[in-house]
Amino acid sequence: MAVVLILVLLALGSVVFHILSPWWWTPIASNWSYIDTTLIITFWITGTVFVAVVCFMAYCVYRFRHKPGNRAAYEPENRRLEWLLAAGTAVGVAAMLAPGLVVWHQFVTVPDDATPVEVVSQQWLWSFRLPGADGTLGHAETRKVSAENPLGLNTDDARGLDDVIIEGGELHVPVGKPVHMLLRSVDVLHDFYVPEFRAKMDMIPGMVTYFWFTPTRTGTFEILCAELCGIGHSQMRGTVVVDEAADYQAWLEQQSTFTQLVASGEPQTTD
Amino acid sequence: MVEIPAGSASAIPAAEVADMELYHPKSWWTKYVFSQDAKVIAVQYALTAISIGLVALVLSWLMRLQLAFPGYFAFIDADRYYQFITMHGMIMVIYLLTALFLGGFGNYLIPLMVGARDMVFPYANMLSYWIYLIAVLILVAGFFVPGGPTGAGWTLYPPQAVLSGTPGGRDMGILFMLSSLIVFIIGFTMGGLNYVVTVLQGRARGMTLMRMPLTVWGIFTATVMALLAFPALFVACVMMLFDRLLGTSFFMPAIVEMGEQLQHGGGSPILFQHLFWFFGHPEVYIVALPAFGIVSDLISTHARKNIFGYRMMVWAIVIIGALSFIVWAHHMYVSGMNPNFGFFFATTTLIIAIPTAIKVYNWVLTLWRGDIHLTLPMLFALAFIVTFVNGGLTGLFLGNVVVDVPLSDTMFVVAHFHMVMGVAPILVIFGAIYHWYPKVTGRMLNDTLGHVHFWITFLGTYAIFFPMHYLGLLGVPRRYYELGETAFVPPSAHSLNIFITIMALFVGAAQMVFLFNLVWSLSRGRLAGGNPWRATTLEWQTPQTPPAHGNWGKDLPVVYRWAYDYSVPGAPEDFIPQTEPARDIPTREVVA
Amino acid sequence: MNVMLLFLAVLGAIILWWMAGQRLTSKPWLEASAIQVAATGSRDVPGLAAKVGLYVFLGVVGALFSLFISAYSMRMGAGDWGAMPIPTVLWFNTVVLVAVSAVLQWARIEAEDGRMEILRPMLALGFTLACLFLVGQLQAWRSLIADGYVLADNPANSFFYMLTGFHGLHILGGLVVIGRTTVRAFANDIPSARLRLSVSLCSIYFHFMLAVWLILFALFAGWANDVVDLCRQLFS
Repeated sequence: MAVVLILVLLALGSVVFHILSPWWWTPIASNWSYIDTTLIITFWITGTVFVAVVCFMAYCVYRFRHKPGNRAAYEPENRRLEWLLAAGTAVGVAAMLAPGLVVWHQFVTVPDDATPVEVVSQQWLWSFRLPGADGTLGHAETRKVSAENPLGLNTDDARGLDDVIIEGGELHVPVGKPVHMLLRSVDVLHDFYVPEFRAKMDMIPGMVTYFWFTPTRTGTFEILCAELCGIGHSQMRGTVVVDEAADYQAWLEQQSTFTQLVASGEPQTTD
Repeated sequence: MVEIPAGSASAIPAAEVADMELYHPKSWWTKYVFSQDAKVIAVQYALTAISIGLVALVLSWLMRLQLAFPGYFAFIDADRYYQFITMHGMIMVIYLLTALFLGGFGNYLIPLMVGARDMVFPYANMLSYWIYLIAVLILVAGFFVPGGPTGAGWTLYPPQAVLSGTPGGRDMGILFMLSSLIVFIIGFTMGGLNYVVTVLQGRARGMTLMRMPLTVWGIFTATVMALLAFPALFVACVMMLFDRLLGTSFFMPAIVEMGEQLQHGGGSPILFQHLFWFFGHPEVYIVALPAFGIVSDLISTHARKNIFGYRMMVWAIVIIGALSFIVWAHHMYVSGMNPNFGFFFATTTLIIAIPTAIKVYNWVLTLWRGDIHLTLPMLFALAFIVTFVNGGLTGLFLGNVVVDVPLSDTMFVVAHFHMVMGVAPILVIFGAIYHWYPKVTGRMLNDTLGHVHFWITFLGTYAIFFPMHYLGLLGVPRRYYELGETAFVPPSAHSLNIFITIMALFVGAAQMVFLFNLVWSLSRGRLAGGNPWRATTLEWQTPQTPPAHGNWGKDLPVVYRWAYDYSVPGAPEDFIPQTEPARDIPTREVVA
Repeated sequence: MNVMLLFLAVLGAIILWWMAGQRLTSKPWLEASAIQVAATGSRDVPGLAAKVGLYVFLGVVGALFSLFISAYSMRMGAGDWGAMPIPTVLWFNTVVLVAVSAVLQWARIEAEDGRMEILRPMLALGFTLACLFLVGQLQAWRSLIADGYVLADNPANSFFYMLTGFHGLHILGGLVVIGRTTVRAFANDIPSARLRLSVSLCSIYFHFMLAVWLILFALFAGWANDVVDLCRQLFS
């Protein structure tokens, strides 16, 4: 009967572990609490199924284990039961999928008033670009990248001249304002990942990928790279600071624009 | 008596293999080394796969040691760590699981279970093994070339895989990896053709498709899928070789490599990911479907009860196989592909959960009102269900696009796929070995050693991978050489890492018990007899055990019933072999 | 992946059609002892297994080329695509490959009728023509290189060389088999069952490779662009 006992303990132990686990998601700092909600729904549904299946199995082993003289029942199939179970599963699946798709729709629909912020990754460094006074980012491409122009801005594009460039430094964003993250890479795949924001997206050389979020609380958060990008992958860290509007403005005014960087001849590196 | 509609008769191939061109070995070499007998080839495949699997096991220890004690083992630097994870993943998925399920179990069981003398193309079958061996040797050679093997992760994503920031990217490592895969695929295709055509054309008289054991259904469907999915990997490998060696730009956009502009331009890394996962997702089921099939037979035999809902089980296998070709992009939710694909792929992915769930229900319902013998194969089958249900359910997190966003690329993914396509199929492999070892060798494996092996493996792996999900939930990314100081990771997470590593070492060590048992029982095991489990399927009805060359004495078996006549009311025994005609009904051939 | 999905849909339809004849809805537990083996002729058809094997193999080859073409159509969307001219010799090669197919079909009929004296030259002719096709393909490469269309300059060039290369390798494989069959035809006096089988397998294989070539040719010539575009839009 050790088997029965262990199976039951395993199922219950998993639940207890789940409840007592000190390892849980980081306190959220963005608007994506819907994602957390969907995750919780999924936990409830899958957890119930897991415990039910394992306990039912344990019961079967207990009740129908071999004893001399026993003989199994003969039952090739039971269409009603099978369709019932299939239908029940379909309902459970729909209960997880429906909220998931609704939230995904929000996730991929960027609000019009979101401020663009560009993140440029390279092995193994994060750089950022914010729109200048004109509110738009200038055109940039990998082919234009050089020591003087690390983000590859197109010098012919006037919109880019006032862009704020932060190479290897901290990124600041104002709290409560939606941010449209535009992600670009100049060498290999990277992935912009801040656990507190819940959102992440790969960065692909030759493409601009995106996601959006609204920071909901101030604080300093660590940026990690979540897509294997070579031997420095685990050291590729950055910092994003969510500021109150006034602090953000103060910070923004200290940053140099592209024109200033070109004029100074050498890009400053804080790294 | 069942009437067979005239039109369908020709569609039931009754290919009795004419006693023909069965190949007869003339020397020791052609009998045991360059053998064309599927049973010998199966053992060759299995031994090679297990050997290379042990290498991958050791690699997993090394990477776990680094994760638990970062920096303590000086020889595990970042280069080596990434090489270890890459080779561990690639070996386990392709060179161990695929090769063992299809090359090993497929070769041994298909001809025996369908009542054939051998595979239909024995020569190609032999070549298939030797080409597989060459692929393994190229893979191993990668460890010894300058720069070592590739460290690009088993997904080999370009551009990273062929650039200098990755071990083996600009050296020979990636070339050896890609060549090995290409060779493997060529070899597999030869074997795969055999498995498919033997099931289609080599079945004994009376072996209709619906009388086939689910093991055969699982391996057959998986092989068909593999034949269609592996070309995608082939194409991806060839195109990457072109990019790396000939300077083309299939996958390579404009890139600044360490401050230097490269010649490439315009290529699409996402294109590679589509090709890779078009292979990669079916690959999951290529491993899972044989496991599904085998575990169905183990449960049915050892619970002395017919598999519950056989028809549904067959349909589920086929439906899962078909659906698995339209879910691949769920590995790419955060890859930057068109986000609208997310709706489609999340839906297909979650739909695939339904036939899979039906299979789980039917396994446990087979236990219901059974006569459960808690033999080792049965224990492994029970452990499989627990592990598979656990891993399958976490798949619902990752398949549901928006839930995947925070979890993807974290340890949650690692825990999920190890549970569902690492541990679960491996448990089935163990169960299957305990089940069929008596047929292969004529002797039983030692029961006590088996129990030690079972409990450590089952509970140990659960203790490794269940808590690992929570590291992922916390946000710990996968493929990190070292976590270092990370603000959101509490020190307790580090203790958990140490615990996981210790369990991993322990479980790995327990496999030595199993290997010892395999060798020891070969000469010391209890004699098994022809049908120790009192099973119905054909492989247990061979005139000799182990089956002789040609499998079936003078006459091929004739099949009179399905594979699951256990505990039939009124029958004297609790099983009726498939070869047993009913006594009260006169048999006659139905002529179309 | 559009082209591949299309290919899979076709293949799936074939599999479904086959399965429909396999009584997959029967209840096998009720049918014990009805020997469900009809005295069909199928088990007496020699080489049926080999033929089925070839068809399955062609399915794999079809998947391979469908995937290459999928990659082609996806890569085509990028801005740096520059279509390349079709060398005139490709027209000639196409005619040669059609001839190979026709000659082998003829050889197959002659083999069935047992006319060895026609079968032998036919096989030899097929072999020679297939060689000629390969030489012609090499010539096409040479003339393109001479005109400055080298492999790595443009993705269209890269795909052209890679796809023709793989198609050529498959023709080369077929050539080996025709060669062996031809030798056997000259060594035997009467067409044995095995020889007939070999000839018919060769012809099936070359018909298939011809079809693949025609699709590739249409792709290179740009006639298939509309179809490819349509597919791309359909799936995105």
